[in-house]
Amino acid sequence: MTSPALAVSSPVSAPKPAGFKSLMTKYRVPLSILALCLLPWLLPSKALAVNVLINGVVAVGYNLLFGYTGLLSFGHAAFVGTGAYITGIAIGQFGVPWYLAVLMGVLGGGLLAFVMGALSTRTRGIYFSMVTLALAQLVYYVALQTPSWTGGENGLRGFTVNKINLFGFDINFLDPVNKYYVLMVFAALALWLVSRILNSPFGAAIEAIRENERRARTCGYNVERTKLLSFTLSGTICALGGTMSALHLAFVPLDSLHYLSSGMIVMMTLLGGASSFFGPFIGALVFLVMEDVFSLWTSHWQIIVGTIFVLFVLFLPKGIWGTFLTKVMR
Amino acid sequence: MNAPLLAVNDIGVRFGGFVALQGVTTEFRPGRVTSIIGPNGAGKSTFFNVLSGVLTPSSGSIRFKGDDLKGTKQHEFVHRGIARSYQITNIFPDLSVHENVRVAAQASRSRYNIWTNRNRFTELDAKADAALESVGLVAKRDETAKFLAHGQQRALEIAIALISNPEVLLLDEPTAGMGPEETKEMVALLEKLAAERTILLVEHKMKMILGLSDRILVLHHGRLIADGTPHDIQTDPEVRRVYLGQNDGYA
Repeated sequence: MTSPALAVSSPVSAPKPAGFKSLMTKYRVPLSILALCLLPWLLPSKALAVNVLINGVVAVGYNLLFGYTGLLSFGHAAFVGTGAYITGIAIGQFGVPWYLAVLMGVLGGGLLAFVMGALSTRTRGIYFSMVTLALAQLVYYVALQTPSWTGGENGLRGFTVNKINLFGFDINFLDPVNKYYVLMVFAALALWLVSRILNSPFGAAIEAIRENERRARTCGYNVERTKLLSFTLSGTICALGGTMSALHLAFVPLDSLHYLSSGMIVMMTLLGGASSFFGPFIGALVFLVMEDVFSLWTSHWQIIVGTIFVLFVLFLPKGIWGTFLTKVMR
Repeated sequence: MNAPLLAVNDIGVRFGGFVALQGVTTEFRPGRVTSIIGPNGAGKSTFFNVLSGVLTPSSGSIRFKGDDLKGTKQHEFVHRGIARSYQITNIFPDLSVHENVRVAAQASRSRYNIWTNRNRFTELDAKADAALESVGLVAKRDETAKFLAHGQQRALEIAIALISNPEVLLLDEPTAGMGPEETKEMVALLEKLAAERTILLVEHKMKMILGLSDRILVLHHGRLIADGTPHDIQTDPEVRRVYLGQNDGYA
């Protein structure tokens, strides 16, 4: 049964708008990496730049699930924290080389994401958010109750990476500039990977699910399995952010698993703009700079940041970068 | 050509104590247009939901090309060859018109590939454009779907359903909410489609149904009360009593 109407293939190639915005989209990975290269020289401190780098990776990874698949998770701190803890424990207690420890942290966080995803993606809407929150708190309490592994309330210490060896060169990892550029390689990899995923057929499938789950299912997409894959990939990238933070701080605070950390990831993503690739990174940047600046004035800096966040949600729902792309770069 | 394409046997659907469908047995042969009519709440949409896998019937079986569809998940129906549209427009609102159809075409080509650039699948682009052409939406290809007129959105949904080249196409009130002009265009489109595939149609517009259908099924309170040609149905006393009698305006 072939349909004559469909068999006629007459591709109509309409000219695509070649504006600044589409150029930005096409070259989003090299442009992002360029921005990352310049970042430490534009910010007041190198430590802040490393922080932006780490949280930017986490937010971009989170946005794969939130902005592109349309699932609001309140539990992504679990993957960031788990990545960090595994890396710290592997280095501190087992003497694993740092790069293997990073790999273990990423895979471990990804595995946890797969399990949490398998449980949570069966539910929808607010129930999904609540299940992710509850499961992440479970991870938090496991870390709290196993101080011999995690250091409990005091956090995990004792795994400082002083020096790393890259292609025969010893690099002093305590030097902030070196540290930044080493970690930037991981961030660049993560951005490239996310961009690749978004460009792929799978990227189209998750967007279809975000837009209309029922229609996507009717079109023949296995919605549950697609959501689970998105959840796992998103959690894996967040775990990479976690391992980066463990290397950076040589410390894993218990708070990194707390639901407030999950909330912060959501805030950064929304602030920068969940509808764009690089938006969450901008969100992390602005959030951390605001924290840096306002905490000099007052210890209640969260009041100011919270107010700005609410204003953004109400009046600029596309976030800083999303609004910039649609309004300014039209 | 005479084997039934789709056959349902003693289908029943219950929602708690409410019986939505009861003892429905019928079959659909290839290449025909069958309309399903009945007053509101007769079970038409429930019947469609059973045929498209949205609902699992409480009892009875569905066979498609001889295979029992028991345990087949909803997303697998389209891969088997049964596609549908919905009563309330069901498209991807924020995607472009072209991407709406392209992503639907992609479902039978690549679902979990996270690595290849989706633009590499050029045959999907061509397929999507051809489908848009067949429903008259080529000119709107780069517009965002939510900005289309209502009738165009309905046509887009049909293009989405058609892209898998289904053997059976289920259309749930394709002209719902349309004015006379748009309805006329939709009828022309359905006539074109009817020439080349098996169509099941739920509709309220009697004139349109009588003109398009080879066969009409009448549901009432979840039971099949009549089955025949448009002429049979028009003269069936039972149908006149339960259905046409209440809706003189349509007849």
